[in-house]
Amino acid sequence: MNGGVAVHLQGLRRTFGTVHALDGLDLELHPGELIALLGPSGCGKTTALRVLAGLEDADSGTVVVDGKDITGLPANRRDMGMVFQAYSLFPHLTARQNVEFGLRLRKRGADKNRAAEMLELVGIASHADRYPHQLSGGQQQRVALARALAIRPTVLLLDEPLSALDAKVRVQLREEIKRIQTEVGTTTLFVTHDQEEALAVADRVGVMRSGRLEQLGAPADVYLSPATAFVADFVGLSNRLPGVLKGDGVEVMGTALPLVTPASGDKTQVTALVRPESVDVVPDTDGPGKVLTASFLGPFSRVIVQVGDALVTAQVASGRVTELAPGTRVRLEIRPVAVALEGTS
Amino acid sequence: MARLSFRRKQSIFRWVVLTLLGIFFLLPIVAMVEFTTRGEQSTWSTLINWPELSATYPDLAEGILMSLGQAALTAVLMLALLVPTAIWVRLRLPGLRRLVEFICLLPLTIPAIVLVVGLAPVYAWVNYLIGGSSLTLTFAYTILVLPYAYRAIDAGLSAIDVKTLAEAARSLGSSWFTVMARVVLPNIRSAVLSAAFLTVALVLGEFTIASLLNRTNLQVAINLLGKSSATMSVAVSLAALLLAFVLLLLLSLVGDRRKRSAS
Amino acid sequence: MAGVLRRALGTVPFFAYVAIFLVTPTLVVVIGAFAGDRGGVTLANVRALGESYVLDAFGRSILLSASTALIGAVLGALLAYALVTARPNGLLRRAVTAASGVLAQFGGVTLAFAFIATIGLSGFATVFLREQVGVDIYAGGVWLFELPGLILVYTYFQIPLMVIVFLPALDGIRPQWREAAESLGGSTWVYWTKVAGPLLAPSFLGSALLLFANAFSAYATAAALVSQGNPIIPLQIRGALTSEVVLGQANLGKAMALGMIVVVAVVMALYALLQRRTAKWLG
Repeated sequence: MNGGVAVHLQGLRRTFGTVHALDGLDLELHPGELIALLGPSGCGKTTALRVLAGLEDADSGTVVVDGKDITGLPANRRDMGMVFQAYSLFPHLTARQNVEFGLRLRKRGADKNRAAEMLELVGIASHADRYPHQLSGGQQQRVALARALAIRPTVLLLDEPLSALDAKVRVQLREEIKRIQTEVGTTTLFVTHDQEEALAVADRVGVMRSGRLEQLGAPADVYLSPATAFVADFVGLSNRLPGVLKGDGVEVMGTALPLVTPASGDKTQVTALVRPESVDVVPDTDGPGKVLTASFLGPFSRVIVQVGDALVTAQVASGRVTELAPGTRVRLEIRPVAVALEGTS
Repeated sequence: MARLSFRRKQSIFRWVVLTLLGIFFLLPIVAMVEFTTRGEQSTWSTLINWPELSATYPDLAEGILMSLGQAALTAVLMLALLVPTAIWVRLRLPGLRRLVEFICLLPLTIPAIVLVVGLAPVYAWVNYLIGGSSLTLTFAYTILVLPYAYRAIDAGLSAIDVKTLAEAARSLGSSWFTVMARVVLPNIRSAVLSAAFLTVALVLGEFTIASLLNRTNLQVAINLLGKSSATMSVAVSLAALLLAFVLLLLLSLVGDRRKRSAS
Repeated sequence: MAGVLRRALGTVPFFAYVAIFLVTPTLVVVIGAFAGDRGGVTLANVRALGESYVLDAFGRSILLSASTALIGAVLGALLAYALVTARPNGLLRRAVTAASGVLAQFGGVTLAFAFIATIGLSGFATVFLREQVGVDIYAGGVWLFELPGLILVYTYFQIPLMVIVFLPALDGIRPQWREAAESLGGSTWVYWTKVAGPLLAPSFLGSALLLFANAFSAYATAAALVSQGNPIIPLQIRGALTSEVVLGQANLGKAMALGMIVVVAVVMALYALLQRRTAKWLG
């Protein structure tokens, strides 16, 4: 609906005591885009969002929204819709009154339709007159989303909005957030520590570590071509397999694999990070490995294979799991997908 | 920079409030110290010298002894009455829990001055049956401390899973007495201790019932003393206040330890 | 059935005890309020509550309780708010909460003497102000032993009580609410009037009611401070208990006591009602 504006965070620094929550963070959000900031706790992703919201001051750096420098602007004059982790609804107001709160402040109180429209959008219209304590956690977050969107915010800020919810509700709601965000087209910053969530909702994912951006790219890029070992390790599960550098690539268990970042030093011993889905397990009575466990995860199963002293995790289609009973001798085959090396960044 | 100035404002507000109210609350205590150390008086040396004190102020000495006796007896009677009942009701008669709670909290809505009106005829019987000693005030005091003691013990019982503990003990062959004395009681030790501390603190500060039933205790003695020796009465007041401070400080320490061991 | 009875036996000592020392005295008051001097049911005692000196005493009691509840609630709430803005487990907060616990119970004779030592005729502050500043606080008469004095002295235990009962409500206020209000465009004023104010109002009111009941029931402080006249109801009851019985008014004390129970019970019921609402919002 509203086209969305560009957001530019430039050189943000913020120190709490001796901890650098933000260490010169640069981040640009294109108009209408949803960027997910992903990282372990303490990486500064929430601080970045709060600085953008005006709820936290940066020690240095600037915040530019729609071409205007708003660094010194207080939070209540920034027009940003924010959804918190949990419990942010005003408990003495009904769902509808919560949504109307921001509208009334803008003298759009008469705009009853806007509140109703928003509650409809988030699928909670039938519960409009309930109080927060009468709503489930997922419903509360839907109302919080409606409240944030009702004021037609310049930017939508989502601070771990799903982390307090059950797994099933979490998946359902994140799909809805994606749908609604696409529909209204508001530029959105979504902070999460859950990689699956980030990859599922974002147009681009920014992986953060120690107050800096490690990689910013489309979900598929971040997952398939991690820029650094940290990203490879944090996004998805990785096996650490010994390898030898050879030419432009690395040889792991007899298979030559391309590298995400070129490395020099022919014949050097390295550790490559290989995703479970890149490893295939084939029954072979003369194979070097032995199946240790196989756990069923729905369409896929996770098989752990012991090779010498090392344990390798592989992901195979569940239909094949019967032939991979614990104790079966197997050989491993690695698909030639680009990998990262440990210790590089 | 909006955030920083907000925090600074908060911190200025905090110190202004704390300073002004701090003066209000410390002034009387400072004044008591000043009042009792004016000129060349031997107030404090008399107060800490028991033989001299009981010789000079026999009424005060008696009041102190009576208060200590009342505090000890009330604590014992309260525990004997409340602890087994609270545990038993939780374990075997959950339907009665609301009633017991209601009764225990009832004294909060019946001011001591009202209770004393109704206690007068009851105490006529107490007089007749076991005499008019000031220690008989224990009976009334046990009622007065009921709400506070009950809440402390109930909180202790809520913090543990009494039912499961009891079922475990029963399945291992314990009698109900063993369940209560050797399984539940050790687990609510600190709650029992806080109830006892609260009881002692409240009894040491009681005046209304003792004074109007013509018995004596520390507060009655202080009040009486105020008419003849203002300095001494202020000194004893200060000593009593400090004692209450120490008692309730110990109580909060007990509470802290309970919280820490629970987490 | 027999099992239930046997189980109920365990509670007999408790119920017997409260029957004698709690229920009986209460019934003595309630029945006595309607009993004539020579037995029989009468409304004379209750009607005697309408006499002007009794009404005045009730009025002064209510004035004393209401004003100290208001002062105590406002100042106590400010102090409690100052505490929640400090570090949650910091020394400051723990020290003040512990001190409040002691001072809220610090009523009675000792408190009266503390104030006599402070602003009595030869009290510390009185003497200091008279000799060093040249201000005589009793120029207009000695007010410490009258209603204004009682108000000042009662404040001393009302403020700490407010801190204890109001602090949990303030702790229930989540920082997200302030931030949500801000991000929706609300100023500090909007936050206090539209969010924090309405959320805290029931708890504040409830706490003030508790303070009212606390002051209304208090006897010892006033008894130690006021020796001339019986300005408030608890002291009127003292008069009824200790002085020679006026003919035909033997049970007037009980009627006044019943009146106190009614006032306190109504106030406490309202308090419980407001607490329930607070628990729902700020639990």
